[in-house]
Amino acid sequence: MRFDLPSPDNDTQEFWDGARDHRLLIQRCGACGDAFFYPRPFCPKCWSEDVTTEEASGDAILYTWSVVHVNDLPPFHERVPYVAAIVDLVDGPRMMTNVVDCEHDDLAVGMALRVSYRELTPEVTVPVFVPA
Amino acid sequence: MSEATDLIGERRAVISGVGQSDIGRRLFRDPLELTIDACLAAIEDAGLTTADIDGLSTYPGATGPNGFSGGGITDVHDALRLNVNWFTGGLEYPGQLGAVINACLAVSAGLCKHVLVWRSVYEGSAQGSGGRAAVMPGGGSTTTSFKASGFMQWLLPFSAPSAATWIAMYAQRHFHEYGTTREQLGQIAVNSRKNAALNPKGIYRDPMSLDDYLAARMISTPLCLYDCDVPCDGGTAVIVSRVDTIPDLRKPPIKVEAVAAATHGRPSWDQYDDLASMPAQDAGKELWKRTDLKPSDVDCAQMYDGFSFITVAWLEGMGFCKKGEAGPFLEGGQRIALDGELPLNTNGGQLSSGRLHGFGFIHEACVQLWGEGGDRQVPNNPEVAVACSGGGPMASTLLLTQGR
Ligand SMILES: [Zn+2]
Repeated sequence: MRFDLPSPDNDTQEFWDGARDHRLLIQRCGACGDAFFYPRPFCPKCWSEDVTTEEASGDAILYTWSVVHVNDLPPFHERVPYVAAIVDLVDGPRMMTNVVDCEHDDLAVGMALRVSYRELTPEVTVPVFVPA
Repeated sequence: MSEATDLIGERRAVISGVGQSDIGRRLFRDPLELTIDACLAAIEDAGLTTADIDGLSTYPGATGPNGFSGGGITDVHDALRLNVNWFTGGLEYPGQLGAVINACLAVSAGLCKHVLVWRSVYEGSAQGSGGRAAVMPGGGSTTTSFKASGFMQWLLPFSAPSAATWIAMYAQRHFHEYGTTREQLGQIAVNSRKNAALNPKGIYRDPMSLDDYLAARMISTPLCLYDCDVPCDGGTAVIVSRVDTIPDLRKPPIKVEAVAAATHGRPSWDQYDDLASMPAQDAGKELWKRTDLKPSDVDCAQMYDGFSFITVAWLEGMGFCKKGEAGPFLEGGQRIALDGELPLNTNGGQLSSGRLHGFGFIHEACVQLWGEGGDRQVPNNPEVAVACSGGGPMASTLLLTQGR
């Protein structure tokens, strides 16, 4: 039993396929130029269906984080302590992720981050971030 | 007040009675029985009988993981053999007290006269020794795999599976933007423990000092064990009545001065713009447009504390202090004490008296306005109270006044 695997749907399969190929994908509206997340087939600002998927730059700024010491759900309980984080991609959208390869004392709001990848299973890889 | 008075429909609603079942960490009692205990107690408190109840409202209805709901609309309707003219129950509410707001609107619209509103939980018993995995969807199974769909696929694969972590990140951001400290945040938990000691139904009643709080193990930084509420078993019910039924009631009812349930911006745990705050600030702003009363008129505040930081968001969102200034407001704990300027969570909140999931707050607001608080009664005859529920993207609040 594990609680960390996504169940992609039509709108999100592309994101998870991209992550498996080490590409962080976001979407951009051709009509108004807005970049958005989570993925959907139309723009949430102007509702245009002229939406293209693009690879994000991979650069992000740390908005906030928490060092998780306790979580009794598998497999998180085997990972503690780990860093859950919300980052603002320089491309615009915000996402939940993890910061890895960083001393907890070095974490700071506003720090520059760079995307990296962690394989959960042969099918599922998640984008995570490391200090830039 | 910016809203025209004749548009403030909720003032045709009053709260005529409240009730509660036994409350405990793990009672191992039939969940529907707990629910019915609370409902019958509330009906009796109002001076009514089941024959008078013609409306039903609840959150979240008969849904959710094991332990989350002790009884939905149909369960209670049938168990009490009621004749109802209106009912509603659901999960997509602006916080748990959205069910009470719905009831206010139903009586205000003339659809019914006395609405039974309840929320009951048995998360304590349901978790047993299995921890939270036992009450997650798919929990208890060792063979099937849980798959995160919908918005949860943007949280669970990133090891952010629970509100403890989401709220912890909000707190961290607040600490960063405003200089808030654990010593300040800890006053919420310490204050709740003091109040629970005066509440016969409190769950954790042993004294806890700020040093005890600071020494507790971390759950998700900056939140420690005592920043997290405690799962429990218990039911809470309130009766919302139409104002023209006051002569039929046992005691002067609590008046509903104003309600609000706003979420401006993205309804999301991770995509709301200002995650040093929550839509509590949107609901608070809307509430004060519907009354001439001011935050300084409030004599006690019962505000959601599923995690202590949620109360911080409500303190600021309701305007009891300026945005970003909850830390200094809480410093030393005197302002929020029973004899302070804003007695807070006077029954011990969910932190020390159990996760009754929002309804404990409206129950306590009414108890205080009726002067029935016993050892924990706020001094000097409180006349105005707020009850606030919900965290993250959900927020609902009611401003209540003494009816006599
Ligand atoms: Zn657009």
